[in-house]
Amino acid sequence: MSSTAPGAVGGAPVEPLIRRLLRATEIDTRMIGMIGALALIWVGFHIYTIILNGEGLFLTPRNLWNLLVQTSSVAVMATGMVLIIVMRHIDLSVGAILGFVSTIIGVTQVHILPQYLGLDNPAIWIITLILGLAVGAAIGALHGSLVAYLGIPAFIVTLGGQLFWRGAAWWVTTGQTIAPLDDRFSLMGGGPLGSIGAVASWALGFLACVGIMIGLYAGRRRRMRYNFPLRPMWAEVTLAAIGCFIALGATWVVNDYPWPERVAANYAAANNIVAPEGGLFIPTGYAIPVLMALVAGVVMTFMSKRTRFGRYVYAIGGNPEAAELAGINTKRITVLVFAVMGMLAAISGCIESARLDSATNVLGQFEELYVIAAAVIGGTSLMGGIGTIYGALIGALVIQSLQSGMVLLGFDSAFQQMVVGVVLVGAVGLDTFYRRRTAKG
Amino acid sequence: MEANGKTPLVEMKDISLAFGGLKAVDHASIDLFPGEVVGLLGHNGAGKSCLIKVLSGAYKRDGGHIFINGEEATINNPRDAKHYGIETIYQTLALADNVDAASNLYLGRELLTRWGTLDDSAMEAEARKVMGRLNPNFRRFKDPVTSLSGGQRQSVAIARAIHFNARILIMDEPTAALGPQETAQVGELIKQLKADGIGIFLISHDIHDVFDLADRVAVMKNGQIVGTGRVENLTKDEVLGMIILGKCPPGATPGPGAVPSD
Repeated sequence: MSSTAPGAVGGAPVEPLIRRLLRATEIDTRMIGMIGALALIWVGFHIYTIILNGEGLFLTPRNLWNLLVQTSSVAVMATGMVLIIVMRHIDLSVGAILGFVSTIIGVTQVHILPQYLGLDNPAIWIITLILGLAVGAAIGALHGSLVAYLGIPAFIVTLGGQLFWRGAAWWVTTGQTIAPLDDRFSLMGGGPLGSIGAVASWALGFLACVGIMIGLYAGRRRRMRYNFPLRPMWAEVTLAAIGCFIALGATWVVNDYPWPERVAANYAAANNIVAPEGGLFIPTGYAIPVLMALVAGVVMTFMSKRTRFGRYVYAIGGNPEAAELAGINTKRITVLVFAVMGMLAAISGCIESARLDSATNVLGQFEELYVIAAAVIGGTSLMGGIGTIYGALIGALVIQSLQSGMVLLGFDSAFQQMVVGVVLVGAVGLDTFYRRRTAKG
Repeated sequence: MEANGKTPLVEMKDISLAFGGLKAVDHASIDLFPGEVVGLLGHNGAGKSCLIKVLSGAYKRDGGHIFINGEEATINNPRDAKHYGIETIYQTLALADNVDAASNLYLGRELLTRWGTLDDSAMEAEARKVMGRLNPNFRRFKDPVTSLSGGQRQSVAIARAIHFNARILIMDEPTAALGPQETAQVGELIKQLKADGIGIFLISHDIHDVFDLADRVAVMKNGQIVGTGRVENLTKDEVLGMIILGKCPPGATPGPGAVPSD
């Protein structure tokens, strides 16, 4: 770890370049592995579509943009599932909470609030959003209390919760589809209108670059203040360059995806713009659900790394008895973790119902399985104590990439499920093997 | 017990603790004075760890009273015990294996920045200072404690107990995982803490350790106190007799667990 130790300089030429880079930048090797796997999937599908269709369909702005939007719902929930699994619990109810919350939001938006506020009141989306988050958090807190204070295993509580809330969603909607939702609320689903456009996307990309550099600089100053070993300057610069490249590259990709022709034409007609030859090119930019997932990732990473709550979650996962003996109120933390999970499921409920512009009682069915799979593929250990938020985000992206790639290739949907199942088991098997080897070495 | 007129730092009176039908601790009474080391001896399952876990708040007692500095104390969980300045080094060390030394040192008492976030740098800096005194060879501050050696893990657990101005220290088999040199270090540490006026309960089944370090010994058998006595009034054989047979020698004050002498 102490990369600036004088001995390291002398020994440096012997060390392979890549290993030296990893050590100096302190990048997690497991993350490299996951990103490598993701890159392999992307490039593999791209080449496969070239062979099959004569043109690459996977690494196109259009497909990547859609991929990000499709990933966002599972990604949001996976950030919470990491903490649940780190604490040695499981939450099988997130899909059902998602469904129930979306029906509550739908009914409030379509049947209740318009009676009092009028149909297009701008307060409707925010009231229903807050209501949804509160309901999600309350359900999560209820599950957490049953686990913490009554000692019922989380598996059972959330299995029961899955049945209960799925049934409750049916009861609320009486089996009907509730539509259409509020126009402003629907922006959370993405689509051309639910995206922020080119200028804002570039601004956000550059803001992210500034944020990365400030973060690196602050970290370096903190280390200097306490005389801790510093990263060499070239490593800091490399890290900043990689971060900025990812932020700006992603921005470039989403801005390279234009509004669909028909939508752009309608927009041009409505605003008296004369479309140029070949149609209007309106960059889509980041979709709102993708930004919501990114914010969820940043906030949850902050919570897990920089707050007491996060520290306690990991300590409890590592050794519950020790955490209790250290004076940590483990029961309260358990309730909080499930409440956070419930709230994230509610956010995903908003994203999915907004995307469909409707709420149904089957929304989010079986999604808990993909959420758990995303967390586990992302390196979260079911033994507890180990797992990262960014890992889960990449895990969610891996699963979604596989699925949408197979759709592009026209795989049978039966076959798609089988592949995802094999990848899940394979990924965890590889990870276990890797962990065992590093533990020995 | 000790009639020197001082108020004991800790007085545990008539403590009982049962798990179902098993009486783990049966009306046991024990006390501890400032700057004193009391060795608690007994077989595995004699109830010494259970008695001490009542004091540290890990177990909730079924009966009896605890007095700290002569005043009745309410200890229902580990947090309560820490408020009274009671720190414990558990036999299992009670470390969160997946986080680093500094996080373990400050577990439950993290240092925060003015924004209310964890101040990891400050905690690591403090940890380097403390560990530098306790175990100068300790270097691996960034690694999870699971990857440390037994002695290093032990020094993290000890550092955690003495870093927060403990007045009462409970050491449950503190040298179990240590080599001879490190054991000697712990001995030195105990003498130093004693000089600072800290009261120490030393639980051990190594009778030599206890004779070297303790001022008094208390022996338990089947959840009951066999007897207590000053080390200088007892021989190792007599103490062994207390442990194995429950026979209280004339040099010790008999407790409820003493077998009537024949």
